[in-house]
Amino acid sequence: MVKIEEPAPGEPLPILDGHSSPGRLERVLRAGQFAVTTEIAPPDAADAQAVFQRASVFDGWVDAINATDGSGANCHMSSVGVCALLTRKGYATVMQVSCRDRNRIAIQGDVLGAAAMGVTSILCLTGDGVQAGDQPNAKPVFDFDCMSLLQTVTSMRDQGEFLSGRALSNPPRVFIGAAANPFAPPLDYRPLRLKKKIDAGAQFVQTQYCFDIQRLKQYMAQVHDMGLTERCYILVGVGPLASARTAAWIRDNVPGVHIPDEIIHRLLAAHNPREEGIRICVEMIQAIRAIEGVHGIHIMAYRQEERVSDIVKDSGVLEGRVPWHPGMAQRLIH
Amino acid sequence: MYALRQWSVRNARVLEWLYEHFEGAMLVLHPLWLWMGYDRIEAPICATERRVKAALFDCRMCGHCVLSQTGMSCPMNCPKELRNGPCGGVRENGFCEVMPQMRCVWVDAWEGSGRMRDHSGIQRVQPPLAQDHRGRSSWLREVRQKRDHRFFGTAD
Repeated sequence: MVKIEEPAPGEPLPILDGHSSPGRLERVLRAGQFAVTTEIAPPDAADAQAVFQRASVFDGWVDAINATDGSGANCHMSSVGVCALLTRKGYATVMQVSCRDRNRIAIQGDVLGAAAMGVTSILCLTGDGVQAGDQPNAKPVFDFDCMSLLQTVTSMRDQGEFLSGRALSNPPRVFIGAAANPFAPPLDYRPLRLKKKIDAGAQFVQTQYCFDIQRLKQYMAQVHDMGLTERCYILVGVGPLASARTAAWIRDNVPGVHIPDEIIHRLLAAHNPREEGIRICVEMIQAIRAIEGVHGIHIMAYRQEERVSDIVKDSGVLEGRVPWHPGMAQRLIH
Repeated sequence: MYALRQWSVRNARVLEWLYEHFEGAMLVLHPLWLWMGYDRIEAPICATERRVKAALFDCRMCGHCVLSQTGMSCPMNCPKELRNGPCGGVRENGFCEVMPQMRCVWVDAWEGSGRMRDHSGIQRVQPPLAQDHRGRSSWLREVRQKRDHRFFGTAD
């Protein structure tokens, strides 16, 4: 064990041997610890304090915070903006990049800018279609898809050049991630799709919400047999449902979320559906923790962000470990 | 036409065979194309290609055809123009997130690719589309590339 002084917030940590980034998320995963990540709701305001306030509810409970990039095709503060603010305080961020709104010129520029501002993990996404959001008359870009985006960011980092072949004088040192949805058709193709993403450069994946543990077990068994859990860290997505009505709405309106009837029946029968939703989420995390090849969880608690700490605490997955947060003077590495 | 496009996916094996032979013939005719001038034949060949492929695959003339790797289901019919597999938004019935009345082109591609002799193509990572190839003949580009590769041993 080595005890190191933390650098001033905003200054990068040293890059450890064999690591691609100086980020805390990569360190936790490579150290073999069960990682916890979550998602911050970007404000609809030009307000830095709103971002800091929203992040502070996770202090001490999560290893990294995902900044969404116009999720659900709704307009909010950009992921670059949210990440730039959070890295000032030293938070580990996962910057989500969606292919829906920007072409290859804009995205490569953002990757450089973000890495320069201290972003250490980037999640490459296709992005929801524009019809899903508040501005359905927008032009969908999709110049890249998630696969070519992964390949481009990887080659910017490893080959030190833009897609055009033009050299970078200082490549972005980032840990590269992708999304996976084990619950959407064609089910038998999903493990192969994960392999393709890993071939394209994905080092970690965060999955869509898991409410169907049996389906996840099948998927994990397949990807484990293919040797993919050795090549990539898998963080399974979870989240609390506020009520049976919300659950039904999500099932019908949010693309790619699969919620089995049992879950909805359980919420319907509960006295306090909100608490039942938290309980379901905690049980789900404990069941996920027991599956071989899972390296962590990604909690998406939309409009229940303040409950993330309870969820992590009740699930016991941190086993007493306290992830870094601003104000924590020293930290153990290795 | 949607029905014909579905037929093509169901008959991916036959179309794969046809394509192989057609490509062989186009390659053999390379000296003729060269004599006539590739630039001069671009317009008529491109017009033919557009008609045939529009009928069979709802082709969008992206100029970089990957049908042989996508089970004869044209990925440019995906509203997100994804060239590397289905997004996470596919509905439980296998239909598209954006256009609920259409089957996901990648659900079709996965089925079509299972019918073809070469199953592995769908696993190849496709680079981002060269947007300046749009509207140009994919057949001629392919033939020139393969001939160059044979003669000079380098891929374009």
